[in-house]
Amino acid sequence: MGQNTLIACHECDLLHRVRPIEDGAVARCVRCGAVLYRQKHNSLDRTLALTVAGLILFVVANTFPFLAFDMQGQVTQTTLITGVIDLWRQGMVGLAIVVLLTSIVVPGIQLMGLLYTLAPMKLGRVPPHLARVYRFVHALQPWGMMEVFLLGILVSVVKLAGMATIVPGLAIWSFAVLILVLAAAAASLDPRLIWERVEYR
Amino acid sequence: MTGQTAAKASLLSCHSCGLLSRATPGHHVRAACPRCGAPLHSRKTNSVSRTWALIIAAYVFYIPANLLPVMSVTSLGKTQSDTIMSGVFYLVVHGMWPLALLIFFASVVVPMLKLIILTYLLISVQRRSHWRPVDRTRLYRITEAVGRWSMVDIYVVTILVALVKLGNLATIQAGAGAVFFAAVVVITMFAAMTFDPRLIWDVMENEHE
Ligand SMILES: [Zn+2]
Repeated sequence: MGQNTLIACHECDLLHRVRPIEDGAVARCVRCGAVLYRQKHNSLDRTLALTVAGLILFVVANTFPFLAFDMQGQVTQTTLITGVIDLWRQGMVGLAIVVLLTSIVVPGIQLMGLLYTLAPMKLGRVPPHLARVYRFVHALQPWGMMEVFLLGILVSVVKLAGMATIVPGLAIWSFAVLILVLAAAAASLDPRLIWERVEYR
Repeated sequence: MTGQTAAKASLLSCHSCGLLSRATPGHHVRAACPRCGAPLHSRKTNSVSRTWALIIAAYVFYIPANLLPVMSVTSLGKTQSDTIMSGVFYLVVHGMWPLALLIFFASVVVPMLKLIILTYLLISVQRRSHWRPVDRTRLYRITEAVGRWSMVDIYVVTILVALVKLGNLATIQAGAGAVFFAAVVVITMFAAMTFDPRLIWDVMENEHE
């Protein structure tokens, strides 16, 4: 019996035999209930399409203003990066870096990393340093917080609504769609299919 | 072969790609996963002491995070500072109940609950508790998943700072409390990552023998 047919639960270490399951099904640990793996329909193609859409939306979301604030005729417009720059200018360097990383840099690297991984695979090739790149993308997972940022935008809008006129910009819509696309990409990706392509050393 | 753990079978499970490798006994050189190159270890290294160190740091930072202002609004020469709690009260006073609840939950309840749960899990592991391992694993899973949402207040401060800069009319400054609060969120996320839930189950293993 080869080691490849076995998998250990990442939460309780119990060994399980890998068995084929239906599309859309989830294999769970019999002891602690953690998700072992999911079978996804057309995983790599779908994730690639969503990644490309995500990159376009990401560029739009970062280029155009997402909110305009109109108080007694004085208008301020903001893009995603403005807040980071203003925090930096106020001397809040650490805070600016945390916001910059979690809301722009990490999601951007993740999207580019996925494109780098999936596009060559679509053409039947294995990109150089696949293991290292995908391992990095995987490790960044907890630190991309765009969906939390979107909630932050909504909270800010409600908070300021009584004080001034808030005009949503183009970026806010692409941002909202981007969140959905990112969630769909995460849901459609089966990491096992990527690891299968990696050659053993 | 089911009913056995990877550790018992002398197998190491890669935390990154999930590949099982055979552990070489007595070999103390740090092994790397033959497939993805991630460092291999049966359990996360020094999980308990590392997680304790991070949690204690988070408890310490939690105090200034709540006492110091997260932002101050200067409007027509008058400056008003808000801590996390006074921000929540402001929303309650202005009748924005759902928002007040949301912020209270994300900024006050979640970080505190996360710290309490991780503290409890660490103590339970150190005392070799056999009590409800499935539920304790579930607690860990929830803790790991919800932590990120505490960042919402930091983003609100960032957005308000960017939007409200109208010279004498109104400006908003981020406060030191926000720095400590962001530190608490980041540190507790690291703490959840360094804690190894398999330690909950290792005790149960030895009992069966
Ligand atoms: Zn399990």
